[in-house]
Amino acid sequence: MATTSSMFMYSLTVQPPTAVTQAILGQFAGTKEQQIVTASGSRLTLHRPDPSQGKIVTALSHDVFGIIRAIAAFRLAGSSKDYIIITSDSGRITIVEFVPAQNRFNRLHLETFGKSGVRRVIPGQYLAVDPKGRACLTASVEKNKLVYVLNRNSQAELTISSPLEAHKAQTLVFALVALDVGYANPVFAMLEVDYGDSDQDPTGQAYEEIEKTLVYYELDLGLNHVVRKWADAVDRTASVLFQVPGGTDGPSGVLVCGDDNITYRHSNQEAFRVAIPRRRGATEDPQRKRSIVAGVMHKLKGAAGAFFFLLQTEDGDLFKITIEMVEDDQGQPTGEVKRLKIKYFDTVPVASSLCILKSGFLFVASEFGDHQFYQFEKLGDDDEETEFVSDDFPTDPTEPYTPVYFHPRQAENLSLVESIDSMNPLMDCKVANLTNADAPQIYSICGTGARSTFRSLKHGLEVSEIVESELPGVPSAVWTTKLTQGDTYDAYIILSFSNGTLVLSIGETVEEVTDTGFLSTASTLAVQQLGEDGLIQVHPKGIRHIRADRRVNEWAAPQHRSIVAATTNERQVAVALSSGEIVYFEMDSDGSLAEYDEKKEMSGTVTCLSLGDVPEGRVRSPYLAVGCDDSTVRILSLDPDSTLENKSVQALTSAPSALSIMAMADSSSGGSTLYLHIGLYSGVYLRTVLDEVTGELTDTRLRFLGPKPAKLFKVSVQGQTAVLALSSRPWLGYTDPVTKAFMLTPLNYPALEWGWNFSSEQCTEGMVGIQGQNLRIFSIEKLTDNLLQESIPLTYTPRRFVRHPEQPLFYTIESDNNVLSPATKQKLLEDPSVVNGDAAVLPPEEFGYPRGRGHWASCISVVDPVTEKKVLHTIHFEGNEAAVSVATVSFASQEDEVFLVVGTGKDMIATPRSSTAGFIHVYRFHEDGKELEHIHETKVEEPPMALLGFQGRLLAGVGKDLRIYDLGMKQLLRKSQAEVVPNLIVGLRTQGSRIIVSDVQESVVMVVYKFQENRLIPFVDDTIARWTSCSTMVDYETVAGGDKFGNLWLLRCPAKASEEADEEGSGAHLLHERQYLQGAPHRLTLMAHFYSQDIPMSIQKTNLVVGGPDCLLWAGLQGTLGILIPFVGREDVDFFQTLEQHMRNEDAPLAGRDHLIYRSYYVPVKGMIDGDLCERYTLLPTDKKQMIAGELDRSVREIERKISDIRTRSAY
Amino acid sequence: MADKLRAQQQLEQLQTRFVGTGHADTTRFEWSSNIQRDSFASYVGHPPLLSYMAIGMGECREKVRGAMIEVG
Repeated sequence: MATTSSMFMYSLTVQPPTAVTQAILGQFAGTKEQQIVTASGSRLTLHRPDPSQGKIVTALSHDVFGIIRAIAAFRLAGSSKDYIIITSDSGRITIVEFVPAQNRFNRLHLETFGKSGVRRVIPGQYLAVDPKGRACLTASVEKNKLVYVLNRNSQAELTISSPLEAHKAQTLVFALVALDVGYANPVFAMLEVDYGDSDQDPTGQAYEEIEKTLVYYELDLGLNHVVRKWADAVDRTASVLFQVPGGTDGPSGVLVCGDDNITYRHSNQEAFRVAIPRRRGATEDPQRKRSIVAGVMHKLKGAAGAFFFLLQTEDGDLFKITIEMVEDDQGQPTGEVKRLKIKYFDTVPVASSLCILKSGFLFVASEFGDHQFYQFEKLGDDDEETEFVSDDFPTDPTEPYTPVYFHPRQAENLSLVESIDSMNPLMDCKVANLTNADAPQIYSICGTGARSTFRSLKHGLEVSEIVESELPGVPSAVWTTKLTQGDTYDAYIILSFSNGTLVLSIGETVEEVTDTGFLSTASTLAVQQLGEDGLIQVHPKGIRHIRADRRVNEWAAPQHRSIVAATTNERQVAVALSSGEIVYFEMDSDGSLAEYDEKKEMSGTVTCLSLGDVPEGRVRSPYLAVGCDDSTVRILSLDPDSTLENKSVQALTSAPSALSIMAMADSSSGGSTLYLHIGLYSGVYLRTVLDEVTGELTDTRLRFLGPKPAKLFKVSVQGQTAVLALSSRPWLGYTDPVTKAFMLTPLNYPALEWGWNFSSEQCTEGMVGIQGQNLRIFSIEKLTDNLLQESIPLTYTPRRFVRHPEQPLFYTIESDNNVLSPATKQKLLEDPSVVNGDAAVLPPEEFGYPRGRGHWASCISVVDPVTEKKVLHTIHFEGNEAAVSVATVSFASQEDEVFLVVGTGKDMIATPRSSTAGFIHVYRFHEDGKELEHIHETKVEEPPMALLGFQGRLLAGVGKDLRIYDLGMKQLLRKSQAEVVPNLIVGLRTQGSRIIVSDVQESVVMVVYKFQENRLIPFVDDTIARWTSCSTMVDYETVAGGDKFGNLWLLRCPAKASEEADEEGSGAHLLHERQYLQGAPHRLTLMAHFYSQDIPMSIQKTNLVVGGPDCLLWAGLQGTLGILIPFVGREDVDFFQTLEQHMRNEDAPLAGRDHLIYRSYYVPVKGMIDGDLCERYTLLPTDKKQMIAGELDRSVREIERKISDIRTRSAY
Repeated sequence: MADKLRAQQQLEQLQTRFVGTGHADTTRFEWSSNIQRDSFASYVGHPPLLSYMAIGMGECREKVRGAMIEVG
């Protein structure tokens, strides 16, 4: 039970999950603006749709450290603000509000109702709120239902009652909605099945006779109890319910959606039923029934009864459903339903949630793949689509009827305005450096069906280029300047060349101007708008002060000396002479520049200077930073009493190449702090805090930018001051808008020699830079996303991929179940007898592939992610074969030539697992791997789920057997075989002659291959059943892996067992060693264990930043990217362990889950520290920060530095 | 006799409070279908697990969810 370990890892999320389990809409800020709140994994995210730009902006993301099961929005009557109810695995119901002023979620109520965890009888699976916000009901899959009454007290605060029970034993719940009943007693509708009888009857007859019922539960507000008000049998296949508006808006009731039908039901109305139209097409099976998987109801403003539903089938087709009501004499709807109407609307990706915004947008939270944001062009009111009405269909679900059909077509009513990147589902991931950049890139395969993609991820910010123009010469520097203090935009661009200066004016066009007063015959060192309306040009021979009336005052540098460095702000100028002297000027009251008598002689040559901006309400910046070539930075005072007096010194590892004093937002003080940014000749960037009172330098954080000297510039991005740092590539230092942490991220842009802020009418917050002979103007639009994605579309759901051993190419294997293969499709299209519609083929990216039960479509794709950025070559499988595994293997018998080996299965059925045969296909690489030639295939009993190159031969896991194959002329030749695992081999890893075999259910087994005896001998296995999904060898003894329940673990082989296995000639001994408890002779020991919530699909030992230490990168199915960083010293472990402990108490998870229990969901957490929780320290209020800092005996800054250091050292 | 009665009462209490508590005559079918229902409720309740299975089966999540509760 020891929770301590000799090994400790720090777990961090690099990219949070992007899968959306549920999305809700509401006015969470209390204003008219609607926001979308999504639940993805353990995160609650608030998005702000921007209707004017058609974009969605993430405003807040909060990790609740618990599994969010359901969320719902509600509003108390008379209020204008929506609250959020969350049910999670904490066994508690949580009500939170969004506080826009502080941009955070605030918990209002936390009510415990049951055990924690996601269990069968613990409510939380379903959640519904009365439309008037008076009550909510949360139900479990079976039996339990709890009703909470929501109200407000005399202080207008939200109150929640104790729960009212509405349990019913042996009853399964399929769906739950709240009925719209106006202000009558709240009613909740549920689809229930009573399995009581079928439980006693193994023959299955009772199961056949089970009826599904629609049940109304009424909460009597007067008596404060819940009654089962009404129940009636509905279609057996029904599984989804939708609320129909009631009260004055409509007839109330529900839509019950089952296979091939939608039925309107209400206790006091007739049933009305329509069939779901099926797709018409040559490749469509006319017998296949659709069912509704998602949908949304929308009320239109104005007339009563003006509402419609958009319901989606599993193909992605949206249908518009309207309800026609009986009208009275005045032509007003009476609330009595007359008929139900359905017609095809458009096709969008299959959604987990749909949200219609009042501003006329549709948010589609896709269940797999990118989320989409559509704008409504029209509502499909007057198009030529056939409308089907309920009059034509019997209400009894068992009665026969003629199915109806429609023709899918390109979208007419919706137009896509934004697609939001989502890596969900992420099937496999690899880190490689294919572009020879400083840092490696992350390559992954994501998505399902025709919307699958190959994605390359790169650390960086997206840059939008505005202008790129070539210049007559190679400039060394560029500035922009305003003309007067009051100007909002820059007027001049000044370019400095080695022997001259060029001034360009910014207007409608950018053109050269000559009468500006600037000295054009010398290079420039600095340009500044001074005082009210003056301009300053510093050149090597002096300082030119240009007044508004074009009068020029010139200060000349002393004889035989020149200016080597200069710094300016709107009131001060400081220059350094070649003799090491510093001359300081300040602006007089009359606007002229006055030289101070005090001069300061520095010990070495000055390399750079920096004056900060003049603080608001002051006349001067109090400090001057001076960098000298003796690798020091000095802070000089500019106070009139102590002008140019030394305040502090900082020693550096190399000479400073750039300095910048700048005030930036700071999370530790809560406001803004003065920083000194230092760039070194060695390419290192330092950021240190400059004390505004004493001039002391404290809290230095450093980062390596690249091998070239660093240059620093102050720029403005998205309304905040940021630092542009240039080395071998450009970087931006800024404060993250959501987490408020300081970030340093490379820009996705070529290396620049110089940069400056740029502001004009067209581009208010841009930057201007020099790249070789080019002048570039660019801007940064988005600071929230620091991983850049590039997608290449793939054909089918990708399963695995491998890299070519030398070339920058990847080979993906793709397969889709229940999808027709291209050959079958072609046959259907060509067969004239089966044509049952037009043969127009719609793009599969939007409409999906034609489906057929039991069919497989599968292919191998050659992907070039670097140069051509597309799929180069595709090989389709025929005969209902689908690829399941892939490897590149170099065969010793073929002079180490590398082949691509793909394992396939024929006629596979997912559950229960079966297939008619398996094959191993071998392909030869042609044209540097860009093409593949099929050599031969070998039939095996079962699909080989794992393949690996091993000592010049092929290692294959076929069922329980581990086999070694060599390449023959006609097929693969089996050389050795052993049954090593109890169920099914799903993964193989190797080092030397040790093989790590992962079983689908029984964790990993270590196997040694004895060459002399030609035997495969398992020698160590595990004590716990882990449903291994991925594994990797961390070192020769240690395996890291993940399982299907979302755990990450590290296992180590005992030293003795490891040694024994590798002993020369120990084969016979190992083979006859006594089994231990019917397993291998030895057991693996658990080193670390952690619950990550997402299912790890890939884990790899790698490093992500230049010169960073090795860490483990894992990728989760929902699109999570996380890393595990090993701790080097015990001291750090103790520090973070204590910090984590304090954080658990001070920042208890929002949804009420106990953090320690959450991370110990299946197995107690061991040897792992949750970095995501530790990073929340920066978001705590100052008093709590200080309290924790006091407990830890450190300063707040020190703690924040440690937290940010551990991340920046190994990740982004 | 009193002891036996009490034991009986206690068992009944457990059976009403905790779904799936067995009794002396629990059949193999009852036991296994109870276990199955526990498992399926867990698959439906953990979103990544449901996605994982839906991808494996080539179906959409909502259909797999419905089918899993149905089997239970």
